[in-house]
Parts: sequence; structure tokens; C-alpha cells
Amino acid sequence: MIGEAVKRREDPALVMGKGKYTDDFQLPEMTHAVIVRSPYAHAKVVSVDTAAAAAAPGVVAVFTGADIAASEDGGHVPVGWLHPDLRIVPHPMLAVDTVRYVGDGVAVVVAEDRYLARDAAELVEVEYEDLPAVTDPRDAADPDAPVVHHLGADEEDPGRPLNVAFDWELGDKDKTDAAFAKAHKVASIEVRNNRLIPHAVEPRAALADFDDIKGMLTLRMTSQNPHVHRLLMALASINLPEHKIRVIAPEVGGGFGSKIHLYPDEAIAAWCAMRVHRPVKWVATRSETNLTDAHGRDHWTKADVALDENGKILGFRYMTWAAMGSYLSTFAPSVPTYLYGTLLSGQYDVDAIHVRTIGTFTHTTPVDAYRGAGRPEATFNVERLLDAAADVMEMDPTEIRRLNFIAPDKFPYDTQVALQYDSGDYEPALDKALEMAGYKDLRAEQKKRNESGEGKLLGIGISTYIEACGIAPSQVVGALGAQAGLWESAKVRVHPTGQVTVFTGSSPHGQGHETTFAQIVASKLGVAMEQVEVVHSDTEKVQFGMGTYGSRSIPVGGSALSESLDRVVAKGKKIAAHLMEAAEEDVVFENNNFGVKGVPAKSVGWGDVTLMAYLAHNLPEDMEPGLEETAFYNPANFVYPFGAHVAVVEIDRETGEVDLVRYVAIDDCGEVINPMIVEGQVHGGLAQGIGQALWEEAVYDENGSLITGTMLDYALPRAHRLPSYETGHTCTPCPHNPLGAKGIGETGSIGSPAAVTSAVVDALQPFGVKHLDMPLTPEKVWRAMNGGA
Amino acid sequence: MYPANFEYYRAESVEEAVKLLGEHEDAKLLAGGHSLIPMMKLRLANPGALIDVGRIDELKGISTDGDVCHVGALATHNEIAGSVLNHSTPLVAEAASKIADPAVRNKGTIGGSIAHADPASDLPATLLAAGATMHISGPGGNREVAAKDFFTDFLETAVGEGEILTHIDVPCLGDGTGSAYSKMEHPASGYALVGAAAVLTVNGGKCTAASLALNGAAAIPHVQGAVGDALVGSDLSDDAIDAAVDKLSIDEPMADVYASGDYRVALAKVYAKRALKAARDRANG
Repeated sequence: MIGEAVKRREDPALVMGKGKYTDDFQLPEMTHAVIVRSPYAHAKVVSVDTAAAAAAPGVVAVFTGADIAASEDGGHVPVGWLHPDLRIVPHPMLAVDTVRYVGDGVAVVVAEDRYLARDAAELVEVEYEDLPAVTDPRDAADPDAPVVHHLGADEEDPGRPLNVAFDWELGDKDKTDAAFAKAHKVASIEVRNNRLIPHAVEPRAALADFDDIKGMLTLRMTSQNPHVHRLLMALASINLPEHKIRVIAPEVGGGFGSKIHLYPDEAIAAWCAMRVHRPVKWVATRSETNLTDAHGRDHWTKADVALDENGKILGFRYMTWAAMGSYLSTFAPSVPTYLYGTLLSGQYDVDAIHVRTIGTFTHTTPVDAYRGAGRPEATFNVERLLDAAADVMEMDPTEIRRLNFIAPDKFPYDTQVALQYDSGDYEPALDKALEMAGYKDLRAEQKKRNESGEGKLLGIGISTYIEACGIAPSQVVGALGAQAGLWESAKVRVHPTGQVTVFTGSSPHGQGHETTFAQIVASKLGVAMEQVEVVHSDTEKVQFGMGTYGSRSIPVGGSALSESLDRVVAKGKKIAAHLMEAAEEDVVFENNNFGVKGVPAKSVGWGDVTLMAYLAHNLPEDMEPGLEETAFYNPANFVYPFGAHVAVVEIDRETGEVDLVRYVAIDDCGEVINPMIVEGQVHGGLAQGIGQALWEEAVYDENGSLITGTMLDYALPRAHRLPSYETGHTCTPCPHNPLGAKGIGETGSIGSPAAVTSAVVDALQPFGVKHLDMPLTPEKVWRAMNGGA
Repeated sequence: MYPANFEYYRAESVEEAVKLLGEHEDAKLLAGGHSLIPMMKLRLANPGALIDVGRIDELKGISTDGDVCHVGALATHNEIAGSVLNHSTPLVAEAASKIADPAVRNKGTIGGSIAHADPASDLPATLLAAGATMHISGPGGNREVAAKDFFTDFLETAVGEGEILTHIDVPCLGDGTGSAYSKMEHPASGYALVGAAAVLTVNGGKCTAASLALNGAAAIPHVQGAVGDALVGSDLSDDAIDAAVDKLSIDEPMADVYASGDYRVALAKVYAKRALKAARDRANG
């Protein structure tokens, strides 16, 4: 079953509209919450008058930030990744005296239905005193910029501007400076990584139901990690012990990272339910989603590459300003540091690297992990540097990459930025991508067009990316500031009749775990897939789990499942040996049947063993009855998918319109469980990465208003603007996990922004263009063709 | 989002719609709802009453009478794109086929779109270039307004208080006449950053009539008279068209975060040329 393109068992319900999402649940006596949000990016909250709203028809209650602050069971929104010098700022569930971004909550209205709640929300009178705002991460580091957080009069002078959340370094600065000092040539880039809005199809939602008698809260919510949400809420947001909170993630309609984090809204719904003694449902509107879901990217980077006379890279140097936004979202501090700086060696053998990241507060929506989380930004910078290096060395961009690839015999390879790449073989992927693309012919066609000046401009872009996913191991991430372990759990329950129920700590929201995890079980046990049920996303059913993000589900969650299946088989063999009166080491388990090596006549079926495990009439001495095994799998390292992407664009010489005409993606995710699902992940990731390159950008005006807050202004990729992808794979198995599998969920969004940008800049060579910032809108391209004016 | 409270009335006839408009000061007409409903959901529009004209038969249908095509205000974009207009006034049908996506085209109506008068919508330029006539009913009876007098300001039209746009007459294209609509769409909204509509008549190798209109480029959809004038009498060669389009001018181009005014003017010239050349080729074809 492993390796087969099995159709997704999730799909029949979803395509028939029978999937039950959070908003599909209706409870008796249910009320509806609407949050009153700040229209200002930065303002003093002078007063909040809730009297008119409270008196409006159908209103059950109205609460303010002061109400939550004064209550015994209200807390705050915590941050889950701490740097040693992190400026930890308070994040109240509702703002009390200051609002810090457009969308910051100031009050919540609970009413009998959504319309009444929305009407009453308009009656909450908030008096604001507008203050100046800063929205750009680099501007925010200026000592004169408007300050996002004052921590009170007794605040110690941190010795740096108050908007600096952290000032983080990685690598060896002296060694890097020395490498640049002896460089034959240096190439430099200054690039903006555009701010993105995640846009999961299903908006965030929560349905909180508090049982006063048991003191038990049941919270259905849009979550990528129900146990983590429960833990964070119990520790910080609501005054309930962990075991009195049940978090359930029903069907979840996409996340891309945005449903990892704990936001105020879901905790507010829970807090309100405890106050009004009725279930409270909160569902974000699309406008609220765009304003409040943690955004992605938003970096400025200056970077340099030092080269010797042959084009060999001597060193990389990076200086990045990364937006945290108005508050520290759950894992925000890790994204532009440990998930970014550690990838800045790329696929290249580089002896000296230095990275500095200044994380800044801005009067914007908080920024956190979004599909790729740090690695798209890293890949973009590394690959833009390689193109810049090719330019100054007058080499083909493919040649400079080949020259600098880490050679296959150098693995495991210790980078200068803290990672050990466990495996890799980069040149075959590039060869395959170039062959599929017809690279030489494309270059010939480009030359022809450039010489004749006829037809559209043609550009070819290359991105040879590396990524690290399945973030691990727990001891290391703990030392780096994570307030969580990054292992995964799986429990395999074999029923007396031989069917299997799997309880996984992974928490799917579109990835197809119910299919792929069942395939792993079917492969390992030889049972039919129909004999396997996969249970997930409910803290009351599943042992603790860490959830789904960072392309970790198969490499970490799948490995946990593989381990627990091995334990089931081991116990089964013991029982079978006992039943067949054979030595345990002679028992073989094949095709769902236990046999004895060299004695073909002897065998005992899977069902006989599973039944006996529960009958316990005839088990080995000292063996406990039952057949149920749990594994908590703590990986030894990240896994390191990689690949080579080629983008081909045509540009309209008159208007600057970019048409992505071809996209070749060769990815290496190791062993593949389900090629159809892998293909789907590649397609989706590519669409998002291409979207970043060509269309998407969250834009704030000088007052801090999000002016691309609706789908009328924020351009998501659309099918008719995307080419039919040409995909392929190489397979370099992960050496340290039992499946040999690596992640594939984010490679598309990691590899493609650089490839597309590279292609557009390549097409503009006749105009001397070296770089353009994403998104590559027609006007930017047109201006570049018209003297940059 | 959830709109604010409003009253809802369904009119069964134009007469009743006009009567209801007179009775409700703060009322809006609802046809396909593809502009109004999103604005209400965002609470950017909060009408006290909606008068649903969507089921009034006399506002429906597309028919040809001699050399004029009557288009009911309730004709959907999709009906227009696939209708008799494809033969008699292909320009309007071509633009209708480029509006948004199939879901919008199946529901959105020409009357609703034109009366809303979003300057970046696709139909205004075609109606201007084709020389259409808008028919309006109101408490004072029926009246006609030429397309060139219809679009009066940003989101404003000649349709007055208490009036309703009932149908549009589009002249059919005669022999030797070609038309084309060419647009660059905004990647998010699908609206026209610039849309150029051209109608050209050729007789004996010379241009005898020419009209070029733009939407998207400025706050009011409008005819570029100087371009048309420069083309009449010319041989419509590429050079002649390029020279005529040099006369294109926009005093106050629209500008936003996606496309500046300068760029829109440059785009207007490119798309004007493309529309004119395509119209010429069709006229000659």
C-alpha cells in the first residue's frame, strides 16, 4: 500500500458537502459572539461605552478588555517560543488601554443570533485617541519610530530601540568578515519579502460549551494542534486546569499555519461561555480573517556573497529586519530565526556564514508561521544571491550552482548555521529539471527573441532549494527557546476481530492523514485499508499530540505510527510463537499471517492472534492481555527535502504583464506514501509560492490601515493564471526515520518564489535589471523596462 | 458579514417598482445583487429597503428590431455573451464574456451593472463606443438618455431619484463595421484596470466612422473623441492607429495601490491600439 496512489477516503464526505466544520455544529441554547475591533492601527482607548449595545434586542452580554482583566478566569495570549533577549510584551485577550493594529479587539457582544450580535456591536461606543503608527519592519527599528509597546515607567532601558523584539545572530561573524576580506568578487542584494495573508478556505471559528456542574469546557475550534491549543489556554488564557478542557478540531478547512497559533478570539469565546452559562459560537468573517489571522513573511534583507576567482562561494552575510507585528504570536520569534537563519546555507558548501535578524514590533497584524515559515524567505535570499553571483562572475546560473553544491560524499554535512544535513544529492535533481524544461533550447529561444526584439520577452528562472521540516529533536528545540517538545505520538489499538484503530497526535486539515496513515497500517500489518480507522484531533480521544504543521505529519507522525505498529507486530509474534509452540525468533509475519521460518505448514492467522490477545486463554506467561501499543517518537533530526525548480515566463513588452508559461518542479521528499497526495501538496504549494511572487501582498497605508483587506484587492492565484505544472521526483530517503520519508507540504511555496522572480529578472536582462521585489506586478515590470522611473 | 436590517419588497412590474421607490426614501433596487449585496455585507451600503426587480418580466429579454438590439435591464452577462448580440452587436457580447467568472455572469445583470456605474466595470465603454441609448422610467414617465450622457460622475448616472433603468438599445453593426473590446484585468477583482472598446467602419479602404471609449482608466467611463476624429478619413494602417492613439488623453486617471495613474494612461494607449487594430481587422474580415 505504501507508494500507491490510493484515492483519499476523506473526499466522499467533503465533496458531498457532508463534512462537519466548527460552524456546522448547533448546540441547544447556543449564543453568538461578535468582536468589536479597532479601526485604528494605534490609538489610546479613552472609553468603551457598552450601555446601548447591552440594551439592544437579543443581546445576552457585552464584555470589554477591562472585564476580562478584572475576572478571575481571564488571562492573556501567551507566546510559545522565547529567545534569551526576547522583549516579551503583554497580549491581553481584549485591548484595555491601547489598540495596536487595525483589528485589535476591544469588546465582545454575545447575542441570540449573529445578525443581532453584529447590529449590537455597532452600538458599542469606543472613544479612541489616534496615535502615529509604524508598519514597516525596518522603519520600526528606528529609535524615533512610534513605539508599539511601552512597558511602563519603570521599564528598564533595553539598550536598543523599544520596537526591537530581539536582535539575533547565528554563525561566525569574524570568520565571515575574513572570507569577505579575501574575496575576488562580492555580489549584494537588498530584497523585500512581501507580507502575505494565509486565506484558509474556512475562516477561524470556535464553539465553546461549558458544563458548570462538571466544570468542563468543550471547545470545538479550527485547530492544527488541539493539544497545544488546550495546553496554551490552560497555562495562560482561561483559568481552567488542562484536564477540564476538551479541544476538538472537527473538519478543518485549511490552515497553512494560521490555525497553529492561539489567538484571543477562541479564548474569548471560551471565557464568554463560562460567563453566560450558554454555548458561545464565534466565526470570523472573511474580513476579520484577513485582519486577524497571523500574516506571513514581511522581511527586509540585505545580503552579500563573497566569491573566489572561480566562482566558489567563500561566505554569505545576511542582515534581516523581520516584522513581529503588534504582539508576539505563538511561535513568531522562531520563524525569522531558527526556521530561517538555519537554512541560509542553501544547497551550498559554504565555509563562512553570518546571519543577524532584528525582529521588530509594528502596528500591524501579528506575523507568524505561514506555509514554509522562514524557509521560503531563506531560499529566496540564497537563490537571489546565487543569481547575483552568477551575474558578477558572468556564469550561467546553473553552473554557479553546480560548482557550489554540497557534494554527495560530504553527507552528513554540518552547515555553518547549526544544522546537520543528514542526506542529499543535489545535482541529479537539477539535471532532471533542466532536461524536462529543455533548458538549452529555452536559452536559444531567449537569445533569438532578445536579438530580434520580437515576440514576448522570455525568462528562465532556477531555484535549487533545501528545506528543513519535521522540526526536531525536542531537546535541541527546547534549548533554542521552544516551550514545546516536537515529537509525535501514535496509538494503535488492534480489536479482537483484527481491525485497527489508530489514534494519532497529528491533526489534519486537508492533508489526507486518514488515507496515508491507513496505508501505513495496511502495509505494515497486511490488513485491508477498510479494516483501519484513523482517529485524530480530539484531546479526549487522542493521547497527547503536537499536531500538523511544518511538514511534520508523515516524517514525525508517520514514524510514530510505524514504531507503534512494530511493537504490535512484536507482541503478535510472541503470541503466535506461543500458539505454534515455536521459538519467537523463528516467527515471521507476512501477508497478515504468522508463520515459522522453514516450516511452511505451520501458521496462525492475524485474527487468531488478535482474538487470543483479548481472550487471554492461552498467552505466554507474564504477558498482559490486549493488543494496543503507543509510541512517542522523538526524531533525531529535521528531515531535509530538496529540489530543483525551473520557471519560464513571458513578458509583454508593452504592458509588463508577466505570464508564467511553464513550471517544472523536481522535488525529493524521500520515500512517498501516496504519490497522488504528494502531487496535490506540490501543486498547492506551488500555487501559493507563485502567488507570492506574482500577485499577493498585504499592503498597509501610512496610517496602518490594511488596504488589501478583501479579495477585491488582495490577489490570490487563480487557476486560469497558472500553467499546468510539470512535476517529477528524485528519491533520497531520510536515513534516520523508519519510513525514509521527508515532508512535502511546503516545498512548493519554498522553492517557487525564487524561481519565478529569477525568471522575471532573467527576462529583463536586456534592460539591465538585477532584481525586482515581489509581487512582480505589471507596473513594476513596465517601469523596469522604461528606465525604472 | 451580516448586513444591517432592511425591508424587502418585490415589485411585479416597472410601475410598481417606481411606486415603491416613491414610497421609500432610502431604497435601493435589487437586480442580480452582485454589486449591492457585497457592499451591504460589508455595511458600506445600508439601504433601509430593497426593492427586488429581479422577477419583472418586462425587464427581461434580448431582441432585435431592425437595426437596433433591445437589451432588457435584467439580461444577465451570460445571456448577453451568448445571445443575438454576438451577431448584431458583438462588442457588448465580447465584453460581457470577459466579466468576472461564470457564477457572476450567470447572476449579474446589465442594468444593475450600468446603473451602479463602477468605472472599472466592462460594459460602459462598449455601450459608449456602440452609441447605445438607455431607457429610463420614473414618476414622470419614460425618457431616453444617450450613453455619452449617462455616466455623469464616479458611481453616478443619469438615472434620477425614483427612476429605474428599463432597457438599453444598442445599434447593430452595419456592413464594413468591426468592433473589439480589449482589457487588462485586475488580478484580484477581475475588473478592468483599463478596458478599451472600439467600433470602426471602413468603406473603400478608408475609415468613415470611428469611436473609442474607455473604462477603468478614469473615474467616468468616456469616449475619446479626438482619437476617433483622427481616424476618420485615415487608411487605418497600424501607423495611422498609433498616430491617432497619441491623441488619447486622460485628465485625471484613476490610481490605486496596484496601478498608478501614469501606468493606467500607458495601458490605455496600448489597449486602445489593440482594440482598434482588432476592430479594423474584423471590419475588413
